[in-house]
Amino acid sequence: MSGQETIFQRMKDLPSTHLLGAGTPMCAGCGGLLALHEIYDVLGEKTVFVNAAGCMTLLSVYPFTPFRGSWLYTSMASAPAGAQGVRDALDILLNKKQLAPAEDLDVVVLTGDGAAYGMGLSSTSAAMERNLNFIYLCYDNEGYGNTGQQYSAATPHAARTATSKGARGFAGYKKDLFAIWAAHKPAYVATVIGSEPLDLARKIEKAKRMKGPRMIIALAPCPTGWDFDPQESVKIGKLAVATGVWPLKEDVDGTVTHTMIPRHRRPVEEYLTMQGRFAHLFHPQRNEPLLAELQASVDAYWAAVKEAP
Amino acid sequence: MARMLLTGNGAAAWGARLAKVDYVPAFPITPQTEIIESLAGWIEGGEMGGRLVTLESEHSMITAAGAAAATGVRVFTATSSQGLLYGMEMLYTAAGWRAPFVLVNVSRGLAAPITLEPDHNDILAARDSGCLQLHCATCQEVLDGTLLAFRLAEDPRVRLPVIVNLDGFYLSFTREPVELPEDAAVDAFLPPFDAGNIAFRAGMPTSQAVVVLGGSSYSYFRYEMHLAALKALDVYDELAGEFAARFGRSHDAIEAYRSDDAEVVFVMMGSFATKAKAAVDRLRDAGRAVGLVRPRLLRPFPAEPLRRALAGKRGAAVIDQNLSMGKGGVLHAELASALYGQRDAPHVLASFIGGLGGRDITDEEFFDMARITREAADAGVSPPPKLLYTRDELLQVRKLQAVAHVERQQ
Repeated sequence: MSGQETIFQRMKDLPSTHLLGAGTPMCAGCGGLLALHEIYDVLGEKTVFVNAAGCMTLLSVYPFTPFRGSWLYTSMASAPAGAQGVRDALDILLNKKQLAPAEDLDVVVLTGDGAAYGMGLSSTSAAMERNLNFIYLCYDNEGYGNTGQQYSAATPHAARTATSKGARGFAGYKKDLFAIWAAHKPAYVATVIGSEPLDLARKIEKAKRMKGPRMIIALAPCPTGWDFDPQESVKIGKLAVATGVWPLKEDVDGTVTHTMIPRHRRPVEEYLTMQGRFAHLFHPQRNEPLLAELQASVDAYWAAVKEAP
Repeated sequence: MARMLLTGNGAAAWGARLAKVDYVPAFPITPQTEIIESLAGWIEGGEMGGRLVTLESEHSMITAAGAAAATGVRVFTATSSQGLLYGMEMLYTAAGWRAPFVLVNVSRGLAAPITLEPDHNDILAARDSGCLQLHCATCQEVLDGTLLAFRLAEDPRVRLPVIVNLDGFYLSFTREPVELPEDAAVDAFLPPFDAGNIAFRAGMPTSQAVVVLGGSSYSYFRYEMHLAALKALDVYDELAGEFAARFGRSHDAIEAYRSDDAEVVFVMMGSFATKAKAAVDRLRDAGRAVGLVRPRLLRPFPAEPLRRALAGKRGAAVIDQNLSMGKGGVLHAELASALYGQRDAPHVLASFIGGLGGRDITDEEFFDMARITREAADAGVSPPPKLLYTRDELLQVRKLQAVAHVERQQ
């Protein structure tokens, strides 16, 4: 991203007050809420969030809401279809001049990884295929967090979850949702994380200026689901990037650009040791083959990035 | 006013066209598809306004319908059978949003075994969703019912989705002469949707469909829906009266046919009731005091009109084109609950199941049901529920089983 087109040149350019109200029922240290705060500050209050069942469904509990703008809860599977209905209705009202352009809203889907990677993938795919003019925000805490962190299609290999408590953790591999989304050729796909607010703000700013499907995945460090002290949330987020586990990137017109390439990647272990969900890799003894496998898969990813034209 | 030969599907599409709907979220399914094909053709050809979007499933289709209605535009959609069930979560949800839209369901039996032909288990699965239900017997009723449904759904006293039901094949693909009301007359009856405070807009932030904590808040909103649905009985009467005055066609909450002086009445819903009508005529010719009572509204349930229509009858033969496994006919149970304890209720409420998966109900079977009900009334004892099936049908199925058996052996 070239520096000229962004108003966010350095950290002090970021909004200093938050639009999203405080006192929500999210857990202390919720990495998803951190990302949402930062995203909402850039998107602004002329937004309608169309929500799928997940942790953040509990943001709006009658009669309170932390949002300055609007909100519609739909179901776990069909938030993108809800966005379609709202967007189409707003366009119809605009065309009929029953809605002043100043009254228009950005339609933003807000879902967790359970909906985004699994149940809601069909409706998400279809919304992209219809070129729906919307922003999709997935807060990815790598498991069905709201029900107590059972593994989902977003769970990384070897992580312990409430349904993968064995010595080797989760046997499956995290689904590459970025690639799946990008294959639809939407206007924009990006990964973000709340602990890198400048990178995040630039991407949301860019997305806001575009039209069509703009797809954002925010890795959401989850104190309760990943088993770490809430105060470590930002540190773990930074390590996710610094170790190369969570590549920050964007896709525009089929070209993938990495927006923060860790120059000296830290060992993946540094990220893993901070989280109880990976404790079985270190105790009672180190699982060297599995640790090596996890490091190798991150190395392989970045080797491929280096080789890419 | 023009007269046209229209299928039930065509009549539904014309209803949506005359209602000048803004938005049609769609998904194809047999036997409904002709409705959305007609609308797509008209919209593409510029013969009607509005926007049609094909979603990737009925679940998404009903989500989009509810979300657009919750944003303040007039929405029409249609489905059948498996599609209605696939979208069932969102029927309940959108009703809870108090989002007024009209959904036409073309009834078709549910899998398994899979079939394309009609019965009412699909629509009755939506019975408790909060969506109101209007059941049609003729193509004219489909068109008129669609217009009535928009008024009912959008009435500030109601604000609930309305499902207009017609039977697959028997009505969806049957051509009947249909009076097409003039545009101006429809506009006078059904002006553009006044969404009031139903909106999403920058200057008026709204949170819809939020979480509630605790049973008290939850109960409050559920009771509100129920009371609105009950209120819809009065509102419907009002609207049907206005409709009759404007268009000269009556669509009261129940249809009573030759039932005033009847001793025994058939009670049934949908297009198969027209078969019952024909049987009533023949029974009357033979000197039998038999009539028909057909609820058009199922939700809200027109208990009072039904009590009045059945008061003093010796017996009622309730013919259910549905089957609640392990219980029996749904309409029978609903009617029994409305009549229980009423002083002048029929002595006998006989239950018959017929017409599943489009199985015909013959004149002879109607004569039989009338006889069984009359004899039960004479004896003063309700007969056991009867599943309509003939010896010949059983023989045909046995033959198919024999073929299957032989094929497997080879």
